[in-house]
This record gives sequence, C-alpha cells and structure tokens, in this order.
Amino acid sequence: MTDPAFDPRGLAPDRLVELYRQMVRIREFEERVKRTFAEHPGVIRGHTHLADGAEASIVGSVAALRPGDQLTATYRCHGYPIALGSDTAAMMAEIYGRATGTCGGYGGSMHLCDPERGFLGTSGIVGQGIPHATGAAWAAQIRGDRDVVLGFFGDGASKQGAFHESLNIAALWKLPVVYVLENNSFSAGVRTEQEDANAAAGEPLATKAKAYSMPGVTVDGGDPLAVYDALSAAVARARAGEGPTLVESRVYRLSAHGNSIAPPGVPLHYPEHEAISRFGAVEEYEAAKRGDPVPRFRAALVAAGVLGDAPARSIAADAAEEMQHAVDTALAAPFPEPAAALEHVYAEAPA
Amino acid sequence: MSTHETTYIGAVMEAIDQEMARDERVLLLGQSVGGRPDDPFVQRYGENRVRVTPISETAEIGMAVGAALAGMRPVVDATMAEFLLVAMDQVVNEGNRFHHMSGGRVRVPMVLKAGYGFTAGWAGQHTGSIYGMFMGVPGLKVALPSTPADAKGLMATAIRDDNPVLFLHHYLLTLDRGEVPDGEHLVPFGQAVIRRPGADVTLVATGWTVPMALAAAATLAADGIEAEVIDPRTIAPLDTATVLASVRRTGRLVLVDQATRHASVAAVLAAEVAEAGFDALRAPIVQVTGLDAGIAYSRPMEEHVLPDEAKVVAAVRRVVEHSGTRV
Repeated sequence: MTDPAFDPRGLAPDRLVELYRQMVRIREFEERVKRTFAEHPGVIRGHTHLADGAEASIVGSVAALRPGDQLTATYRCHGYPIALGSDTAAMMAEIYGRATGTCGGYGGSMHLCDPERGFLGTSGIVGQGIPHATGAAWAAQIRGDRDVVLGFFGDGASKQGAFHESLNIAALWKLPVVYVLENNSFSAGVRTEQEDANAAAGEPLATKAKAYSMPGVTVDGGDPLAVYDALSAAVARARAGEGPTLVESRVYRLSAHGNSIAPPGVPLHYPEHEAISRFGAVEEYEAAKRGDPVPRFRAALVAAGVLGDAPARSIAADAAEEMQHAVDTALAAPFPEPAAALEHVYAEAPA
Repeated sequence: MSTHETTYIGAVMEAIDQEMARDERVLLLGQSVGGRPDDPFVQRYGENRVRVTPISETAEIGMAVGAALAGMRPVVDATMAEFLLVAMDQVVNEGNRFHHMSGGRVRVPMVLKAGYGFTAGWAGQHTGSIYGMFMGVPGLKVALPSTPADAKGLMATAIRDDNPVLFLHHYLLTLDRGEVPDGEHLVPFGQAVIRRPGADVTLVATGWTVPMALAAAATLAADGIEAEVIDPRTIAPLDTATVLASVRRTGRLVLVDQATRHASVAAVLAAEVAEAGFDALRAPIVQVTGLDAGIAYSRPMEEHVLPDEAKVVAAVRRVVEHSGTRV
C-alpha cells in the first residue's frame, strides 16, 4: 500500500479489484443501454432508469452478502444482478424485449430478477417492494438459517406508507433485513428537501430509523468500501438476530430519472439531468460528475498500489467487449411468439 | 366419505389448520390472528408461523408477497374485504404480477382471506360485495364459497395454489352449519357446481345469494317452474362453460348477485352468455343485483338495495312469461 490513508476494510486486494470490476461492468452496461436510444432507435421501449453514480453503493452492498442471502429492488435495477453475477447478455436481451431475455421479454428494464442468485424481483411502484424485502426476511427468520435480506429503494420511497409500516414490523419482530435507502437527492424531478421533513430540517434521512427504534446510519455511497463497511455491520446485526438497520447511502444520480416519456413513434432519449433542466444547478451537477465514484475508486486503488494502469485498462476493455457482445446478441435474438403473452398468467402446479 | 357438521367459518379455519399441519411453509398472519399464548393456532404451530400484525395492511399483504417469493405459503387474514382497499397496490399490482413479469421464474403462493357483504347494519364502509374489483385482475384468483363444505375445500385448494388467491367468505353465512368432509377436502378452482337441476331457467348465484336462489327455486317449483341453480364457486377463474351449457338446456338466464349492477359477476356472465349463447336464449337475460347505491345503515333502506328471494322469483316469472309457453 502506497497510500497510508487507504483503508481496505479487511478486503484482500483481489476482492478490491473485483469490486472495481463490477462497478465498471455496471457502468458499461448502462452506457450501452443509454447509447441504444441513439444507435438503435425503437429497440428499447417504455421506461429505463439508470444507476450511474450508484455503482459503488450497489457493489459495496452486495459484497456484504453471502450465498443464500436475498435482495429486492426497484425499477432502477440493472446494477444488482450484475453485481450478483447474472448474465449481462440475457439482461440486455430482456431490455430489448427478446425471448432470450432474463425474463423472456415479459418484464423489461424495470422488472429484472434472478431468484437463483437471490434477486427476488422488483416493484415498479415506488416503495412497494419494501414490504417484499420485509416478508422475505420473515421467511428467513422462520427458516432459521441466518440468511439476510437487503431491501433497496430510493429517497422518494421513504415517504410511502409501505416504508413506515415495514420498518415498524421489522423492528418489532427483529427481522433479518437491511433497508438500503439510496438517497440520490431527487425523487424523480423533485429535490429531497422539497418533500422530506428530515432533509428540510438539515438532518439525514437515516433519522427516520429513530422512529422505529432501529439503528440508522448515513454513509458516503460513492465509496464502495464505506458502503461495504456499513452494510457488513448491518448484515452482521441482522444475521445475529438483532434486527433491522436503515442505511442511508448518499449517491448522486448522474443521468436523468429515466429516458424521455413519449407516445409510440416519437424517438426516446435521455434528457438533461433534473438538476440542470429544472433547477439550473449546473455547478452542482458538474461537481457530482467530478466526484463520479467509478474513476474515484480507480484512483483510490491506483494510489493504494492495489490496481495498476494496465489491469485497469484491461478491466475496461473486458467490460466493453462483454457489453458489446450483450448488445450484439440481444439485437440478433428473436422476439417472443405473440401468443406467449398468455403464458405465465397463472403459475401451474409443478409437475 | 365421512363428514361432520360445522359452521361455515369453522370450516374455513379447519382447512387452514389442516394445511398448516400438512405443510410447514404455510403461515398465518393478520390483525386478529394469534397474539396470545393460548391461541390454538399459536399452540399448534408456534409464534413464528402465526403472527399478529399491526394495523398495516400494505405491510401485511406486501410481506406475504415477499415471504411467498422466498418460498413460504402465507395466509393473510385481512378481516374485512374493504381493508384490502388500503393496500390495493399490493392486492392487484404486486404479487399477482410477479409470475408473469418474471417470465415464470418466480411464484407467489399466498392467500388473502377476507369477509365481505356484511349487510347487517354495518352501513357504508364495511358491507360491500367488492369482488368485481378483483375478478378481472390477471394473476389473481378469487374464491366465493357459499357452503361450509366449499369453504373448507376452496380454502385448502387456495393454500395449495401457486398463485395469489383472494378467498372471500360471506359474513352473513358465518354461522351457517353444514356437513363438511372429514380430513383432506379439496374443491377445484374454475369448476361451477349445479346446486339444483332444472329445465326451465338457469339461475346463477354466488355466496349468500346461493341459498336465496335455492329458496326461490323451491317457491317456483310449486308453480311448476324448474330452475337450475349454478354456483360458480370461483369467479377467477370463472366457469362460463357450465353456465352456457345450462342456458342451452333452459333457454333462460337470471343472474343473482349482491354486488352493485356494474361491478358484479352477473354483468360478466351476462356479456359472456349474450356473446356465446345468443342463439340459445328465448328471453332477455335478467340480472337481480344490488342496486347502484351505497349500503345505508337503517334496515329498510339496506334491504331495499339488496337482492332477495321475492326479487329473484319475480325475475324468473318475467323471463318465463316473456318467452311464452314452456317446452
């Protein structure tokens, strides 16, 4: 280690590099989603939501899990399955509406899942996945196998009744769940301090944990190791049967809330970030870009002597190649048969 | 098959009890569930599997979705059907969507148990027959038992089903007694039952209106009009084939339903039969439904808007007269 201030939080160098690799893969995947709107108009339908700026928070959180643990997420859901090892080609095919997609083209960008890796699914309705995480944690508590569930959601969701009802029960029942509130400072196009009493009072959103007698911590979500540290403590507490924790991970979303919303036939695109389009906060947004967690972590690892320039370039090249393959195979993949729309309406009894 | 006599609600709880004994993944939660050490369900299955909840419908139902995604088979006792409305997203737009949205990769086996139709002076907000809101929601099944035996058999089937099932038991039937099969008893979903055969007119009724339709049929039989009474038992899936086959025999259809006219099973069946069985009809389809008003507290007003035996009898006479001499 050449940087004496660098704290690897107990992680070996190869795991540190692996965290960085996952961040780069998530970023590259989402860059290709974004580029698809310009390069292949019409290929992506509906609404996509990018997690650029939250990669450190995602990989730091997932790194605190062990096999058997589970998670739920929101419509901003591309990053988690990548961190869990899902097939990016199948994910891109899902976003392109192809039969070979993660969910056969039934779910699209907002509804990825990978139950075999613990990713139970998403709700596209703000806050409504929080009770799902809570219920999965109840299932884990009943199984008694010390598995832990992470519930990911945004700052906007913490104003939903589903959030408050869930935290109350989780604390009351000491459920093994960690609530990861990714505070990206905007609820769609509304600033957090416009719609959150804690934020308006200059207090962290983790303050809400006090109402439910559970620990609440706020962490720099741009630092994967800080996130890993906070999540490790919360996961350990949950695993020990001591109950839930609310972790507020401060991130800054680097893209707009989602792609443009338009009727069929109107090309979709990614509009300007709300900080600029709605609030004219150009300098704030530029500062966030300068703090981009991906180059920031690369610089930290390079300074610490954990990552060399050549391996860093190779990680970038590998990710570019992987996601080019994802795009190419997804574009070439077949669409579902139209009548497949009527399959999976009801689950049939297993044979 | 040996049977025993029990109440409608007792039969529901008997099914839950038997399924909890059979499968340790079956859980029971709700605001009036367990909550005390001498509760028989707590004593048999422990406080892990039988949990009293806060008054938090969104969390209760949403947690059932999550527990089901994680491999459990939760039964939420939601008490009253109207309480589901507090958590409408979780009832109609979460668990029921997941199997389809995931392309079949996840399953959400869960039951929402709730009473409905408590037209006994409970006024506007606790008396609705609101199943019309749920019967057209893809991925959600809806059961409306009308007898103690079906209450047991439909609940057992609901718990073993791999989908979200809304099990709506009728409050006015709660203490009705009837013979119920001992041991395992499963009633298949999507299969209507003919409660009474008859050649002159088809009467379709659900829940509390089934005994009403049977009473009307007995009255009509004294005048030589033989009504066939059909109980769909589940309205999602809905067995339209049995109704159509009956209409092909009788040529006449009267639909009895406690729900308001435009949110009823009756409206759906009327449309299906008009489209697929028009040639068999000898008279217009008549619907005897709740009137399009809230349920008033005071008894004369409450009774005015509900279907009753006299209204059913009058409707049947009308369709028979319309179509002239019976064959």
